[in-house]
Amino acid sequence: MEAIKTKALTKKYKETTAVKALDLTVHKGELYALLGVNGAGKSTTIKMLSCLTQPTSGDAELMGHSIVSEASMVKALINVSPQETAVAAKLSVRENLEFIAEIYGSSKKEAKEKAQSMIEKFNMHEIVRSRAAVLSGGWQRRLSIAMALITEPEILFLDEPTLGLDVLARRELWRLIENLKGKITIILTTHYLEEAESLSDRIGIMSRGVLLAEGTAAELKAKAGTDSFEEAFIRITEEAVQ
Amino acid sequence: MRTLTFASRNTKEITRDILTLIFGIVFPIVLLLLLSAINKGIPEGYGPEIFAISKLAPGITVFGLSFLSLFSSMLIAKDKTTSFVLRLFTSPLKPAEFILGYTLPLIPMALIQTAICYLCALFLGLPFGINLLVAVIVNLPIAVVFISLGLLFGSILNEKAVGGICGALLTNLTGWFSNVWFDTALVGGAFKTVADILPFSHAVGAARAAVAGDYAAIFPDLWWVIGYAVLLLAAAVTVFAVKLKKN
Repeated sequence: MEAIKTKALTKKYKETTAVKALDLTVHKGELYALLGVNGAGKSTTIKMLSCLTQPTSGDAELMGHSIVSEASMVKALINVSPQETAVAAKLSVRENLEFIAEIYGSSKKEAKEKAQSMIEKFNMHEIVRSRAAVLSGGWQRRLSIAMALITEPEILFLDEPTLGLDVLARRELWRLIENLKGKITIILTTHYLEEAESLSDRIGIMSRGVLLAEGTAAELKAKAGTDSFEEAFIRITEEAVQ
Repeated sequence: MRTLTFASRNTKEITRDILTLIFGIVFPIVLLLLLSAINKGIPEGYGPEIFAISKLAPGITVFGLSFLSLFSSMLIAKDKTTSFVLRLFTSPLKPAEFILGYTLPLIPMALIQTAICYLCALFLGLPFGINLLVAVIVNLPIAVVFISLGLLFGSILNEKAVGGICGALLTNLTGWFSNVWFDTALVGGAFKTVADILPFSHAVGAARAAVAGDYAAIFPDLWWVIGYAVLLLAAAVTVFAVKLKKN
């Protein structure tokens, strides 16, 4: 089944076209990485798919619901872990988790149970009473992902989830993301190519608002005729620029 | 339910900030004590009538509420500067739920602030009576006016700008055009006209009428304030909805 299907999805900002007639399909339970250099259109695509901004033309269906005409239905099915700190600074870890669960319709009792489950799943016992503002970057990012998952989304958008983390924290987050594979549909944007290669089922490479190529990491390497994924990414992107 | 959950989060954000408590509660009381002390130093009959405790206390309660604009604007502007707002914007929360969620936590704060001010005024000679309870309630619409103004500015401006607009400009405008510190009729002309058009002098007029027990005199002024409250709250929801779409 298709979790995401975009139809000529386009976003224009005055003279600039950030995303040009994007046709993209992501299957249910798939982890799909969206790669591209700065200004490629990844973030704008994510913004449109998560109903943060409306497309100029075209549409996308998430679990069969249009982002244009059924945004509130889509919002109930998805969740986002944004690039930067996305936690309520003065709330504790537990309060942050319960808050998000309740916003998405859980009763107080359910929210408490879900928060406890996330605390256990993400090993956050030692920081559960700490205010989010005093947590390290790694803990904040982990909390941010837990806040996205507590609503049990069918589609999860992870925008640069490991940006700025040290290597240990990054590997820890990789393990968490790997554990989610197959259970929910994940759209991952990242600048770390090894992260995309290691975690993704399929990868899409964007440049100047256009989807240049997509496939598994092996398929993209074969297509570019290179042994390394980094080389494949560079070749595909540069060929498009030339 | 979602609105109350969001309001609860905002209550925690506000009450866990010590500056809010200082500006919200302590500052109006300091002003009340200071001006009462000055007024007591002036021989009876020579001091300005508006500094008599029955006029000063309701005036200060209204002026104190102007700080609510700062709190509500800072809250919304701070949220806008972090990715946390992206999380909120992708949630099922609707624009009206956002604005109500930002407004509701400040209503009890307005009530507490006003009540503490009147409590303090009792020790300075203000007679105790049911009128004070009415006066606390009469302050609610002006609280909504200030909160909505803050939400409007907070939706449009960044954190630094709202500090200046709501922290300095708005409190000054409230002071000048409210009849708290001086009677705008003494200035007259365009100044008096502006004061009559803005809601601040009407809010002070309604509060003073309530304290005096002159209930008939409350409503002409209070209707004016209620009108502003409804318009500004609707404007805040509309602007927030537009900003949400333009994200």
